[in-house]
Amino acid sequence: MSQDTLFDKVWDLHKVSTLPGGSDQIFIGLHLIHEVTSPQAFGALKDKNLKVKFPERTVATVDHIVPTDNQSRPFKDNLAEQMIETLEKNCLEHKIRFFNIGSGNQGIVHVVAPELGLTQPGMSIACGDSHTSTHGAFGSIAFGIGTSQVRDVLASQTLAMNKLKVRQIWCDNKLSKGVYAKDLVLHIINKLGVKAGVGFAYEFAGPAIHELSMEERMTICNMSIEGGARCGYINPDEKTFSYIKNKLCAPKDGHWDKALIWWKSLKSDENSIYDDVIKLDASKVEPTVTWGITPGQSISINQQIPLLDDLSPNDKLVAKEAYEYMSFKPGQLIKDTPVDVCFIGSCTNGRISDLRVAAQVLKDKKVSKNVKAFVVPGSEKVATEAKQEGIDKIFENSGFQWREPGCSMCLAMNSDKLIGNQVSASSSNRNFKGRQGSPNGRTLLMSPAMVAAAAINGKVSDVRELLN
Amino acid sequence: MKTEFKPPIGKISNINGQCISLIGNDIDTDRIIPARFLKCVNFDSLGESVFEDDRKTFKGKHPFDLEENKNASILVVNSNFGCGSSREHAPQALMRWGIKAIIGESFADIFYSNCIAIGIPCFTLPKNLIEEIQNYCLNQFLFLEIDLKKSLAKSTDLNFNLEIKESSRKMFLSGEWDGTLTLLENENLIENKFTQLPYIKFNTNFI
Repeated sequence: MSQDTLFDKVWDLHKVSTLPGGSDQIFIGLHLIHEVTSPQAFGALKDKNLKVKFPERTVATVDHIVPTDNQSRPFKDNLAEQMIETLEKNCLEHKIRFFNIGSGNQGIVHVVAPELGLTQPGMSIACGDSHTSTHGAFGSIAFGIGTSQVRDVLASQTLAMNKLKVRQIWCDNKLSKGVYAKDLVLHIINKLGVKAGVGFAYEFAGPAIHELSMEERMTICNMSIEGGARCGYINPDEKTFSYIKNKLCAPKDGHWDKALIWWKSLKSDENSIYDDVIKLDASKVEPTVTWGITPGQSISINQQIPLLDDLSPNDKLVAKEAYEYMSFKPGQLIKDTPVDVCFIGSCTNGRISDLRVAAQVLKDKKVSKNVKAFVVPGSEKVATEAKQEGIDKIFENSGFQWREPGCSMCLAMNSDKLIGNQVSASSSNRNFKGRQGSPNGRTLLMSPAMVAAAAINGKVSDVRELLN
Repeated sequence: MKTEFKPPIGKISNINGQCISLIGNDIDTDRIIPARFLKCVNFDSLGESVFEDDRKTFKGKHPFDLEENKNASILVVNSNFGCGSSREHAPQALMRWGIKAIIGESFADIFYSNCIAIGIPCFTLPKNLIEEIQNYCLNQFLFLEIDLKKSLAKSTDLNFNLEIKESSRKMFLSGEWDGTLTLLENENLIENKFTQLPYIKFNTNFI
C-alpha cells in the first residue's frame, strides 16, 4: 500500500466516509461536464427529484459534437444541435457556468479547464470523459467517470471509489531533439502495456518529466488511461505555479501566497512508499508511431512492425487482429507508409505549444498533394493565440485547413471522419478500430511534429530529418 | 429486438442465464458502441447498435448476431475488456441488448465502475478457465446459475468460484450499487468536507 505520495495525501484529504460496501466516498473539488455524457445524468436527477448540490463546483463546455467548419446555429446536424441545446438548458436550469461557443473560453474540456486556472494542485477532479487524467499534470488527482457517476457528483459532489495503488514511472535524463512528450508516453505505454495501469494511479517523475513544459506534462497525463491508469499525475513545481498564476480562476492577491504554501506541501515525500516503481531512460526514446489497433502497439520510426514470434503470448491475439485490420505485414517498416489524412488537434495535442511545434516544421513547406490535412485548435483561446502569432497562416500556407475548436476527428462525432480504409497520421490518443469515424479507417498515432512531417512527405517520416 | 427492456433495481443476488462468448483482448468501448451512436440524450435505443461495426464486418457471424445467442445474458470475455473511452453508453448498450453479467479475465477500470453503477456484476476468472468456458460455448449451450452470496457459478458440467471485488459484491447484495442516495446519506459529512478543503477558501475567483 502506497504511503505519503501526492496521491495518498490528496485522496485522504477528500475522503468523506467509508461506505457500507467498503469503498471510499470521495469529495470532488472540480466537476467538468460536456454535452455527450451529461444529458442522461441530468435526466436521472430529474427522475429521482434531486438537485445539483454545489452548482458552483461544476463547469461546462461543449466539445465532442461541435462542427469545426461552420459553427453557426442551429448546427446542420440535428442530433448535434439537440445535444448542445440540452446542455444549454441543463446549465441554465441548474445555474452551472457554461463556456459556450463564442464565449472566448469554449474548447475541449481538458484544454479549457487548465487554461482558465480551474485545474489546480491538490484538487480532486472528475469528468465524464476518460481523458480527465490530463489534469493530473498539475498535481491534482483526476478521474474519468461514466454517466451514472456524473449523476452522483451532480447530486452529492462525491463519488464511491476504491483507492488506487500508486506506480511511480521514473524517467531519467531528458528527451532528445525532435522527440516529444507524445513519443515518451507512447513509449511508456508500449513498455508497460495497455492494461498495466488497471487499478493504479501513475506518478510520472524524474528529471525528464520535470524538464517538460506544463502542456507537455498534460500530454503525458492525458494518455495514462491508454496505459490502463484512470489517474496519472505529476508532482507540482515552479512551472506548475507559474502556469496557473494570473489565470482567470487562479487564486488572487493574498490568497495566492496561501495557495502556494499549500501546493508546495503536496508533493510526494522523499521517503514515500509506492506499490511499484518503474525506471526508464528518456534519452533513449525516439519518434514513436503506432502501427496497430491499441495505443500500446507502437514502434520507433526506424523500427519494423514486430513479428508474431517477437511478442509475448498475451500480445499475439491482438497483434494478429492488428496486422489484418491495418493491412500491415509483420516485419514491415512503418517509415514511408503512405498517409491519406493528417490531423493535428485533440486533448492530447491540440494546445498552443503543439501548434507551434507543428508550424515550425511546416514553415515554408507544402503539404503533399495526396494528403488532406487539417488542424483543430484545442480551444478558442488556443485559436486566438495562434492567430496572434501568425501560426494559422503558416498552416494555411502549407496546405492545412484551419478549423474551429473541438474534439473533431479524435473520435469523429462531428462530420470530420476518415472515409473507407484511409490511413490517418493523427496527433490524437486512440487508434482503435473505427475510432476516427470509418469502420475500417486506420489511425497512426504520433506527435504533432511527426504529423506535420507526414503531411509534407505524404508518408510516415522522421521529423528529425526536417528539423535544422 | 427482444422483450421489453427493464433495468435492474434493488438487490442483485442471483443471475441465471445462457453464456455468450466473445473472444478478443483489449476490446474497447468504441467497438462496443461506436461514437456516432453517442449522439443521443438518452440510452434507450443503444441495444440494437451494440458492436455495430464489428457485426457488419462479420456479416451475421458475430456472436451477437447468432441465432443461438439471442437469449444469452452472461457475456464471457478475455482481458482488458472495455478499455478506452469512459462512455457509459457501452455497458448500457450491452445491458439493453440483454447482458446481465460479465465474466472476464480482466476489465478496464472505468468500464468496470460503469457496470457496477448500472447493475451489471463483472466477475473475473483466470485465463485458462475463461478459455475453458469459451471452448465449451463453441459447441454447446452453457447455462450458468450465478450466486453472488457465494461468488459461485454452477452449471450441469462446469462449476467455478468467481472473483469479484468485495465492495462490489456487497453493494449488489444490499442494493447500494444504485448509490446516489447512499452518498447523500452523508450530507453533513459532505458539507463539513467542503468547508475544510484548503482550496475552497483561497479560490475566491473560482467561478
